[in-house]
Amino acid sequence: MGVMKRLTGIVQAKANKVMDRVEDPRETLDLSYEKQLEQLQQVRRGVADVATARKRIELQAQQLQQSAGKLQDQARQALAQNREDLAREALSRRAAISTQLDGLKAQHDQLVEQEAKLVATTQALQARVESFRTQKETLKASYTAAQAQTRIGEAVSGISESMTDTGLAMQRAQDKIAQMQARAGAVDELLASGTLTDLTGSSDPLQAELDKTSAQSQVELELAQMKGQLAPPGPSGALPSGTAAAPAEEADDGDSTAEEAETVDALPQAAPPATPTPAVSDAAASDNLFSLGSEGGQS
Amino acid sequence: MIVRILEEGQYEVPDSELASLEALDAELSAAIEANDAESYSEVLSQLVERIRSSGTAVAPSTIVTSELTIPNEGTSLDEMKRLLASGESVEV
Repeated sequence: MGVMKRLTGIVQAKANKVMDRVEDPRETLDLSYEKQLEQLQQVRRGVADVATARKRIELQAQQLQQSAGKLQDQARQALAQNREDLAREALSRRAAISTQLDGLKAQHDQLVEQEAKLVATTQALQARVESFRTQKETLKASYTAAQAQTRIGEAVSGISESMTDTGLAMQRAQDKIAQMQARAGAVDELLASGTLTDLTGSSDPLQAELDKTSAQSQVELELAQMKGQLAPPGPSGALPSGTAAAPAEEADDGDSTAEEAETVDALPQAAPPATPTPAVSDAAASDNLFSLGSEGGQS
Repeated sequence: MIVRILEEGQYEVPDSELASLEALDAELSAAIEANDAESYSEVLSQLVERIRSSGTAVAPSTIVTSELTIPNEGTSLDEMKRLLASGESVEV
């Protein structure tokens, strides 16, 4: 019989290696029992390891969920500001998180399965250890009987096979934990490198861009208002531009801004409406956006 | 006969089932040979299910050796291959 026979042979070969057979079969029984107790402890530790791994994945998934929620808010915020490009960026990052979450879920399912199996293994092992302890005492007591030695051999083979199976189960659980750790490490790296920026942090470039856009649109709005007030070359135009220029000189001692403030200041007197406008929008595109924004806020 | 499903436990399966188990086992061998992961996992599931449904679980406190061994259905083709290959290193 193909695969099943081969596997039986493999397990038995491993089982023979597991158990040190010693001269006196009674000693072999005691050694087997000790090994089972050791294995029971290992499996219990294994259950704890798998549970720890599972919890780590759950924690990461939680973090990713938070990031995804925040990205969705940002996408809405961006759309409200007519920044479809930013909304697109936020949503594509959210899609990347979703892919990561899918991967984590698959691993979580595997770990839950492993955990359940190991718990069942622990219970079976406990029952077996208890049963073996009684059997070995009976066998030892009847050791002088002719058939006892054969039965000891059978009991040891049976217990070795079970221990080999348990060993394989443990190895499998450890493989799953190792795979999980590799993936969890990769997710941690992604979160740290900013590819999936931890958006709860303050150094989120997307949020910075949104804030910038928000300030920018406010500036544009105020500029439009100012232009509207300037356009009819009437006496009303002089008032707002004058109030706008004054705080700029107080607030900013940077040279370029001072020059711009002068140009703006010169506006109402000379009143050439075309030329100064690009100068102001260049400034808006650069870092001076905030000082212009706060200036607008005062007027 | 006693059949072990790895990571699960042993089953006492009636001897009358042997023929159908052998047939599935042959299919499984072919799928492994052909490196056909899809039919491998399909046949493995069938085989394991057959053992469970036709056999009765052996109590964990009963200590017996198995005549046949099969991994559970969660075992991937790669894991199965590693398992089979590990036998070669044991024999050496």
